[in-house]
Amino acid sequence: MSLHVVTPKTYVWIFLALMVGTALTVAAAFVDLGAATGFSALNDIVMLAIAVTKAVLVVLFFMHVKYSGRLTALTIVSALVFFALLAGGVLVDYLSRGMVPGHM
Amino acid sequence: MPDGHATAAAAAHPHHHPALQHHFDTLEQQKEASSFGMWVFLVTEIMFFGGLFCAYLIYRGMRYEGFAEASHELDVVLGTVNTAVLIGSSLTMAMAVWAAQTGRRKATVGFLLATGALGLTFLGIKLVEYAEKFHHHHVPGESFHWAGRFPDVAEQFYSLYFAMTGLHAIHMILGIAVLIWLLVPAWRGRFDAAYHNPVEIFGLYWHFVDIVWIFLFPLLYLIGRH
Amino acid sequence: MSTEVKAVSAAGGAVAEDARPNYLTGGGWDWKSWLLTKDHKRIGILYVISITLFFFLGALFALLVRLELLTPGLDMVEPDTFNRFFTMHGIVMVFFFLVPSIPATLGNFLIPLMIGAKDLAFPKINLASWYLYNVGGFFTLWAIASGGVDTGWTFYTPFSTTYSNSYVVLSIVGIFVAGFSSIFTGLNFIVTIHRMRAPGMTWFRLPLFVWSSYATSLIIVLGTPVVAIALLLVAAERLFRLGIFDPALGGDPVLFQHLFWFYSHPAVYIMILPAMGVISELIAAFSRKRLFGYHFVAFASIAIAVLGFLVWGHHMFVAGQSFYSGMVFSVLSMLVAIPSAIKVFNWTATLYKGSISRETPMLYALGFIGLFTIGGLTGVMLATMGIDLHVHDTYFIVAHFHYIMVGGAIMGYLGGLHYWWPKMTGRLYPSFWSRISAILVFVGFNLTFFPQFLLGYLGMPRRYATYPPEFQVLNVLSTAGATILGIGYLLPFTYLFWSLKYGQRASANPWGATGLEWQTSSPPPTENFVTPPVVTTEPYDFRDLAPQPSIRSPLSREEEEYA
Repeated sequence: MSLHVVTPKTYVWIFLALMVGTALTVAAAFVDLGAATGFSALNDIVMLAIAVTKAVLVVLFFMHVKYSGRLTALTIVSALVFFALLAGGVLVDYLSRGMVPGHM
Repeated sequence: MPDGHATAAAAAHPHHHPALQHHFDTLEQQKEASSFGMWVFLVTEIMFFGGLFCAYLIYRGMRYEGFAEASHELDVVLGTVNTAVLIGSSLTMAMAVWAAQTGRRKATVGFLLATGALGLTFLGIKLVEYAEKFHHHHVPGESFHWAGRFPDVAEQFYSLYFAMTGLHAIHMILGIAVLIWLLVPAWRGRFDAAYHNPVEIFGLYWHFVDIVWIFLFPLLYLIGRH
Repeated sequence: MSTEVKAVSAAGGAVAEDARPNYLTGGGWDWKSWLLTKDHKRIGILYVISITLFFFLGALFALLVRLELLTPGLDMVEPDTFNRFFTMHGIVMVFFFLVPSIPATLGNFLIPLMIGAKDLAFPKINLASWYLYNVGGFFTLWAIASGGVDTGWTFYTPFSTTYSNSYVVLSIVGIFVAGFSSIFTGLNFIVTIHRMRAPGMTWFRLPLFVWSSYATSLIIVLGTPVVAIALLLVAAERLFRLGIFDPALGGDPVLFQHLFWFYSHPAVYIMILPAMGVISELIAAFSRKRLFGYHFVAFASIAIAVLGFLVWGHHMFVAGQSFYSGMVFSVLSMLVAIPSAIKVFNWTATLYKGSISRETPMLYALGFIGLFTIGGLTGVMLATMGIDLHVHDTYFIVAHFHYIMVGGAIMGYLGGLHYWWPKMTGRLYPSFWSRISAILVFVGFNLTFFPQFLLGYLGMPRRYATYPPEFQVLNVLSTAGATILGIGYLLPFTYLFWSLKYGQRASANPWGATGLEWQTSSPPPTENFVTPPVVTTEPYDFRDLAPQPSIRSPLSREEEEYA
């Protein structure tokens, strides 16, 4: 695998994108998207979506995953899958309490 | 790939890069192994913080209003500034890796120092925030006092706030310590196109700590701000 | 250069002393050469010593528990002290013996040899892992010396966060540090197996011990951090009154259990997968036959690792999790039995028409298959919510997991230790005494733990210092079995230590087995192979190997067994 040197220019563009994302996150927080669209969780979803986008940019460019092999990508995906399993398993418990009549 | 390594007498190998460890066959193999090793370590960090995020998610889901009320007492300006500072430090860290890759000794040291300085700035601002919380009796425990509608939930919110940002801060402190240690070979000009992996893999760690904050900031500071 | 097979001398695996330096004689013998070693083989030996010490500490606590349980009443200690006995037994055995045992000893020693590498990917991290183990052990010993902890190894809240008066935080620090040690080992194995295999050593030519170790390492890396954060939060709650798990502070005890068991269930697969890997090696070697269904066994290891993460709620059927969750975890728990069963079927199929040898490692392997099957089947019983409701927190559970942990994992460890002892030390041990020991372990084990199935079914709860008098006979049988088991564990000390000085010297391949580790000297040189190997053959290929005379004690008069 040859050495892929990412240029400073790319890094600066990514940095600017991340700053824009930060500004958007704060701005979005102060706008009641729930009132505008009737979907109260929208604020949280937008903020999380921006955070995920920022994270993806950091991973792909600052952490060079765009230029790394499949094993690296598989490793990251595995971690996210198992975190999702943890969060999902715990959430299923809390969300399904009282679902079966006569039981917890 | 048997090329006589094991059978050669234990003498200097002038045709090997001085940084090559002898249980590896090539510098490339060593580089790939150490990068992969750092990624596997980051997997453990994802699961470590993940457990904490899980606890946060459950309690926030259960007690949204109280969490929102508690969150409003965090300083959004300081939080935003800190986010910018940390993202900036990720930029300087990426630049440090570039400088190391291209054999720019002074730039490597400069960017590493900038990264460290920004990291210390972040910690300084966090210290200011913590002091403010202490002053307002928002630290969980005997002295906790909450004037709002949901004192019990607020205390739990701040338990999670201190746990999550505290754990994050510990990772930053450890990172800065390693960064200082990295300055030594950087100053000595040890890094070049062939060998720069210590800087690269430290960068991976640093960016990860940044990503954790990228999630912590909206989750802690921006609950129900509208 | 293809791997060559060396003919074994007619003296049954024994040879004259090799003049060339090996990893024991060649690297120095002073403090620095051992305590600052980067050689995975030396680190494996260091771990054998540490782990053996902690094993006997854990066994001592077990003995104290069983002594108190000889009689229905309280005659030895107060209940508070008894609680500390079983807690320390659990903590020491789980975190300081079972989790590290096979990976840190046999795994460390063998994996580079088995894949044809000179060392693990990160030798310094390997050494750090041993130091971390000992630091964690130090904190645990400090906690014990101060008075111990009484929460059970499961640290359930809010007892652990709020009400226990014992050394909870100190114990947690010990476990946390040991967890780091474990993570370092797993990380090292994953990178090594991916990146350091010799030319020609493709994934499907790897010995199954390597597959099992790889699967184990995946679990370690993904699961350990979660119990780490769970316990860290318990400590933080205890020290700083953070409200995470104590209901009085708005916390939820069930959340603790979720985070705790998310690791601790896969942890039991950390404990059994390496043993299964050993068994695959032993069954093939001592049937002198290709392992049946190699691919199935390899994939089953990965399946166990993955499925093992989906079942943790079966520890929480009566804890207060939702009934719906219970149903989901119940079904998934039955699924996880399937890959384990696939392994048992394949081992059995390997035995069929094999040339069976009754050497000590094989005795352990055969014992494992039987006992693991019983343990595993009772696990399927427990996955059934309707049954678990009645036997949860009784001795049925205790018997179930000891069948797997002791009847399975420990016998796998002992079998592996006896199999690779000649490789690690260059010495043969007397086969007579080692087989007596294996039989004592098997008999003692069953006498200890089978009565506990009956006790649990009859309703005797676990973690109680007293019990109704009608349970005494079974308890006495159990304690008697524990004594026999203890003797079985102590015996290897005698003949194994004896072998270090007086045992016959072993040849490169005393068992006539396949695998790269047997293609280098016993003990191996520091760099593992004089010439780095290139692999061209499939694993477990016994076709070209001459039948080997098996290891015999020089005093034995038994006939040689040939195929």
